[in-house]
Amino acid sequence: MPNTDAIIGWKTITFGCHVMEPGSSVKFRTGDWRSQRPVIDNEKCIKCGICWIYCPDMACIQTEDGFFEIDLEYCKGCGICAHECPKDAITIVPEEG
Amino acid sequence: MAKRVGIEVSIALAEAVKLANVDVIPAYPITPQTHIVEHLSEVVANGELDAEFVLVESEHGAMSCCCGSSAAGARTFTSSSAQGLLLMSEILFIPGPMRFPIVMAVVNRALSAPISIWNDHQDIMSQRDIGWIQTFADTGQEAFDLMLHAFRVAEDRRVSLPMIVNIDGFTLSHVVEAVELLSQEEVDQYLPPFKPRYRLDPRKPITMGPVGIPEIYSEAKVAHNEALKASKKVILQGWKEFADLFGRQYNPIETYRSEDAEVLLVTMGSISETAMTAIDTMRDKGQKAGLVKIRLWRPFPGPEFRKAAGKAKILAVVDRCLAPGAICGPVGAELRSLFYKVPGAPKIFNFIAGLGGRDVTVGRFEEMVDKALVFAKKRPKELYEVIGVREK
Ligand code: SF4
Ligand code: SF4
Repeated sequence: MPNTDAIIGWKTITFGCHVMEPGSSVKFRTGDWRSQRPVIDNEKCIKCGICWIYCPDMACIQTEDGFFEIDLEYCKGCGICAHECPKDAITIVPEEG
Repeated sequence: MAKRVGIEVSIALAEAVKLANVDVIPAYPITPQTHIVEHLSEVVANGELDAEFVLVESEHGAMSCCCGSSAAGARTFTSSSAQGLLLMSEILFIPGPMRFPIVMAVVNRALSAPISIWNDHQDIMSQRDIGWIQTFADTGQEAFDLMLHAFRVAEDRRVSLPMIVNIDGFTLSHVVEAVELLSQEEVDQYLPPFKPRYRLDPRKPITMGPVGIPEIYSEAKVAHNEALKASKKVILQGWKEFADLFGRQYNPIETYRSEDAEVLLVTMGSISETAMTAIDTMRDKGQKAGLVKIRLWRPFPGPEFRKAAGKAKILAVVDRCLAPGAICGPVGAELRSLFYKVPGAPKIFNFIAGLGGRDVTVGRFEEMVDKALVFAKKRPKELYEVIGVREK
């Protein structure tokens, strides 16, 4: 759990709990939830981008060489990318420690 | 200038909504609320009121639409009853914490089963904790006045909370009474245009209704509860200014011949009128009985109630709602909590009366007072009694 004690109480919470700026979900590190992570085998990957399309957190990032990397700040380990990958190039492994 | 007319209370209430110049009315018809929204659809259709009348597919849709239009900054009104109110229930809990000042008239009706279209308070009591400001009207004039008060209070930037005005189905909604209808100029003097603190606007995007993760949910709930409690100041101000302008004063708790009373009846809604007649009858017989009416139900005006009723020896609290399996009715429970362990507090007995349109007559009120006097000497087994129910 992120520590919010220091920042927000009921007196300082925004009116109506509104979020007053657009695009603020970037600040919410969904990667904190992860108990397992995807590992991509570039030997099998055909750079189709299906993992990028399906990832609900935009955590599959294409690099300059066309392959994909996982942004672990946001990847919540849901496994959708592995499920959708047509080449079985993605394996889900448990987070250690 | 105001004009005094003989008018059906539903129509008078709808006229108040029209005079409030609402922008959006998402509504679904249900007995006995129907005449209110019928009249509003007519005044919109014939061009008397420049508003969007949204024919929704259900009450769930009605309240969802209300949230959207209020979020966009539109003055929003709807009305419902009984099962209709219950179909709204999922959404009713939302505008409070999100601070949408939707105004609704609830025309109180019993809940199925068995099917009943007649009056009691089971519908609104089932929705007691939705976090809206809730008032009760006893007469047609009060229904008209409280409607305008509701827009004024709900939309006040210090409040910004949804508000319900309750009127009893049929026994109030469908009777013709003499009501003084205020003119447009008078209403405009009392009710400023709606200027929300925040609105949905593509030029200045904000998010309304985000997820409340465990780290923030309690704070969001407390913020809403504190806003509801703090609204009492503005509710009182709204009534004071109404009295200054139009001469009719409303109070969160109202009393009738209560000063030296030994027994106080406690009522809500239109049966208070019959209760006043009953008090007169009992006083004529030399009985020291009085009446306390709860006008503001949420936020509950505890100090005002204690001040109004704290000196009596006995309270005969009338509930228009049977809470199955509970210790007593909702109003009874509220007052028992209020007076718990308060030194010298009155003894409280709870009477469930007028369920599903059963008349509560002068005689019934006398019976309650008599029973309360007996119970004060010999504590009954149960903390409530369903008055007039046939024991066979
Ligand atoms: S595991 Fe889920 S969140 Fe992580 S990269 Fe794959 S699809 Fe995205
Ligand atoms: S879906 Fe599989 S094959 Fe396609 S880009 Fe992603 S990892 Fe490579």
